Amino acid sequence: MSTTSTDQAAEPTYDVRLVVNGTPHEVRLPARRLLSDALRHDLGLTGTHVGCEHGVCGACTVLLDGAPARSCLVLAVSADGAEVTTVEGLTEDDGTPQGRLGPVQQAFVDCHGLQCGFCTPGFLTTITAGLRDNPDPTHDEAREMVAGNLCRCTGYQNIVKAVERAADLAGRGRPDGDDARPADGGAA
Amino acid sequence: MKPAPVAYARPTSLTEALELLAGTPDAKVLAGGQSLVPLLNMRLAAPTLLVDINRLPGLDHVMAAPDGVHVGALARHSAVLADAAARRTQPLLADALSHVAHATIRNRGTTVGSIVHADAAAEMPAVLAVLDGHVEVASVRGRRRIEARDLVVGPLQSSLEHDEVALEACFPALDARAGTAFTEISRRQGDYALCGVAAVVMLDEDGAVASARCGYLAVHETPAVVDLPALVGARGPLGDDVVTAASDLALGVLDVEGDIHGTAAYRRHLVRVLTARALRTAYDDAATRTTTRTTAPTPTTGGTA
Ligand SMILES: Cc1cc2nc3c(=O)[nH]c(=O)nc-3n(C[C@H](O)[C@H](O)[C@H](O)COP(=O)(O)OP(=O)(O)OC[C@H]3O[C@@H](n4cnc5c(N)ncnc54)[C@H](O)[C@@H]3O)c2cc1C
Ligand code: FES
Ligand code: FES
Repeated sequence: MSTTSTDQAAEPTYDVRLVVNGTPHEVRLPARRLLSDALRHDLGLTGTHVGCEHGVCGACTVLLDGAPARSCLVLAVSADGAEVTTVEGLTEDDGTPQGRLGPVQQAFVDCHGLQCGFCTPGFLTTITAGLRDNPDPTHDEAREMVAGNLCRCTGYQNIVKAVERAADLAGRGRPDGDDARPADGGAA
Repeated sequence: MKPAPVAYARPTSLTEALELLAGTPDAKVLAGGQSLVPLLNMRLAAPTLLVDINRLPGLDHVMAAPDGVHVGALARHSAVLADAAARRTQPLLADALSHVAHATIRNRGTTVGSIVHADAAAEMPAVLAVLDGHVEVASVRGRRRIEARDLVVGPLQSSLEHDEVALEACFPALDARAGTAFTEISRRQGDYALCGVAAVVMLDEDGAVASARCGYLAVHETPAVVDLPALVGARGPLGDDVVTAASDLALGVLDVEGDIHGTAAYRRHLVRVLTARALRTAYDDAATRTTTRTTAPTPTTGGTA
């Protein structure tokens, strides 16, 4: 994409530094390069998906300095200096090259929270930040957490279940958290 | 769905930003980008220069002062919504902000950007207008203050000059003996509203309505404020006749149009329903605040509820 021969010769470019999933990158980009495209095309991180490109679907959601943001509505150049977390950064280090699925990812597997998977990266990043801010959401709060993301396949019920499951999985990882909600519907 | 080629500047001082804007006739300010970048992506806007104001110092404040809530140009919707002092000073602001898009959009979108974007379907311009707030703007020619009622001149058109930067919006504090309410109907939670109403009701010393006004979004080509003298003297619970008279007044002023999301008739129906709902809630809010403030024993708790 960045090597195709459109009329780019005259277009000004800018140095952009991004720390993506802990790895620093320096790229030179035109101002109009969206962060979503910079991640996918310039850095080769194709986990971030692009659905609508106007902020509505949420598929492109990444964490920008920790907070969820639509990467299709951020110019890469204006994110200069930022720390970005993409879906590729949600796995946990377990000594193997591919790592281990993080709690939100594992919850999506456990709850059948995805079908085609197109929307999934945006849900995973959004929920990761959501559970960091609210580690033990009520059912309504779990629904609200994913209200800004669209999914054309699942009907959302299993995604909401996955939010609650992820809260439990992450809770078990916390020192004081193993008495969270019972995983398989025990007494409340 | 990609922006057209554009030059980019990220000034670190206001003077530099203002000079860049003054020197480039079709430059555009880039704040949170949550309205501008979609327009760039769809090529509905194609400026030659973007002046990114995100690194300007001293503009990200949310300050609750006795006269009202001062919101700097770089304060994100999420920061304004989370500010407890701002909520106490003017509760209508947070009530309405919780309806602005979704949390992810609110993390980047600025409240001031939303106001100067001047979308008639947006919550913040209508709230600033119903409260009689104002915006402070700067250009190479100096600073000036624009009253909310003079701010929105047409659909997506503000009265800012192309080279002016809005520095701050001021939402006046809630008056003693006043109450507020915000209500809207949208297709999906977080979407732009089909109709929204912000109400401010003031009571006199005897608990009757001294003044009432509603701000409307998405049912006129600009955010509209309607004064409702029909309510003056009324007492709660507000009767059907009173709120009907109020919505008749509003519908006489509003030029309600239909679109793909809802017909004009449906939207007029929403004006009636939401005007009644907002006025009753604002009246009750005012009554509760007034009784709490004077620490009088809560009246009429006995009997039938
Ligand atoms: C999916 C989605 C849903 C949304 N839903 C809603 C909703 O329900 N209600 C709602 O109100 N909004 C909604 N928004 C819009 C959102 O509130 C935007 O954040 C806001 O309208 C613009 O603020 P911004 O900081 O992002 O401005 P930008 O997008 O950066 O700028 C918008 C315009 O204002 C100008 N501008 C911005 N700041 C200044 C300044 N300080 N001085 C001079 N000019 C300036 C820019 O030049 C541009 O013309 C939604 C957006 C998206 C993407
Ligand atoms: S691609 Fe960014 S929100 Fe849809
Ligand atoms: S799993 Fe297919 S869009 Fe969500």
